[in-house]
Amino acid sequence: MREMVKMILVLTILATFSGSLLAAIHSKTKDRIANQILKFVKGPAIRKIFEEASNDPIADRFDIKDGDETRSFFVGVFDGEPSAIALETFGKGGYGGDVGLMVGIDVNEDKLVGVGVTTHAETPGMGARAETDPNFVAQFDGLSLDDPFKVTQDGGSINALSGATLTSRAVSMAATEASTIYKKLKPQIEEKLKEFKK
Amino acid sequence: MAKTLTQEFVKGLWDEVPPFRLVLGLCPTLAVTKSVENGIGMGVATTFVLVFSNILVASLRKVIPSKVRIASYIVIIATFVTIAELLMQAYTYGLFKKLGIFIPLIVVNCIILGRAEAFASKNGIFRSLLDGLGIGIGFTLSLMALAAVRELLGTGVLTFWEKPIQIMGPSFQPFSFMVEAPGAFVALGLMLCLMNLAGKR
Repeated sequence: MREMVKMILVLTILATFSGSLLAAIHSKTKDRIANQILKFVKGPAIRKIFEEASNDPIADRFDIKDGDETRSFFVGVFDGEPSAIALETFGKGGYGGDVGLMVGIDVNEDKLVGVGVTTHAETPGMGARAETDPNFVAQFDGLSLDDPFKVTQDGGSINALSGATLTSRAVSMAATEASTIYKKLKPQIEEKLKEFKK
Repeated sequence: MAKTLTQEFVKGLWDEVPPFRLVLGLCPTLAVTKSVENGIGMGVATTFVLVFSNILVASLRKVIPSKVRIASYIVIIATFVTIAELLMQAYTYGLFKKLGIFIPLIVVNCIILGRAEAFASKNGIFRSLLDGLGIGIGFTLSLMALAAVRELLGTGVLTFWEKPIQIMGPSFQPFSFMVEAPGAFVALGLMLCLMNLAGKR
């Protein structure tokens, strides 16, 4: 009996100690990791969408509180006008979990500038082509936000990657979510964008 | 047969060098030795975990009941692996992306659990530290040696921190089999053979 108590006690203390140590280190490194992800994961996708922007869309960003969540928006300046924003959303139901998508939106015309896949765990050579195949994401370029973003199987206009319908669906869902968030927060977004006018 | 402190450290570099003498930790050895840079990254991360888990296991060796010792070791090791993972993510993101799944897999690396069970649970803190450091450095050097052979033959270039150094002349045809997975087995087999030959003398 005493031995059993000791076993439980030792394991509990050990687990508590390691749990609190990890929590401390996590909170210390959280901001740096977020920065690194911004630089290495989101950065390339944003740069690709805002290829012709005259500013640095990663440095020019703002946050808006949406209920409990804080959403980051990246600003694209074209011809001196801050006329586009990009935000990241996650499409549920990919083959390997959620698919992260950076969505660029033209605020004057309410249409997509472009999209780019950021994080995913899809099968290499199948679903992972959503990130690497430029023809797939190019289908979203210039679509109006009023268009339904759906794959052809679901009655939409997006040709799914062959063999990766689930991934394509997740990407479409992420784009739809971005459009919903954008429509909801549009007044605040326009307010914030004025600060980036030069 | 008590060993001196220097011997505890040095044994990891040759007599008990993990992948070649103990033939432990082969999963990362085969998987990440595509380039010297990856090899160093993996080696340093493993050394970090090995040293700290050895220290902690040695200092708690009288407290941990023997029936739950493996569970306790895994908790200790997993903690340090997660710390290493967080730190790599924060400071060397490129390397973290390249090593990917093999960083969390350090938890189940036989070298670390093996040293905790076979050495740190029976020896003092300072000895365990030296043991972990020696084995860790030996592991790092082995990974580097294997990676250097594979990268050199497979690409003709050695890359350090994104800077490629051309080693082979322009007429060299890259033998890309060596950087593929089967090449890892062949290279490891040949190095084991060489180590055994050298040991026979």
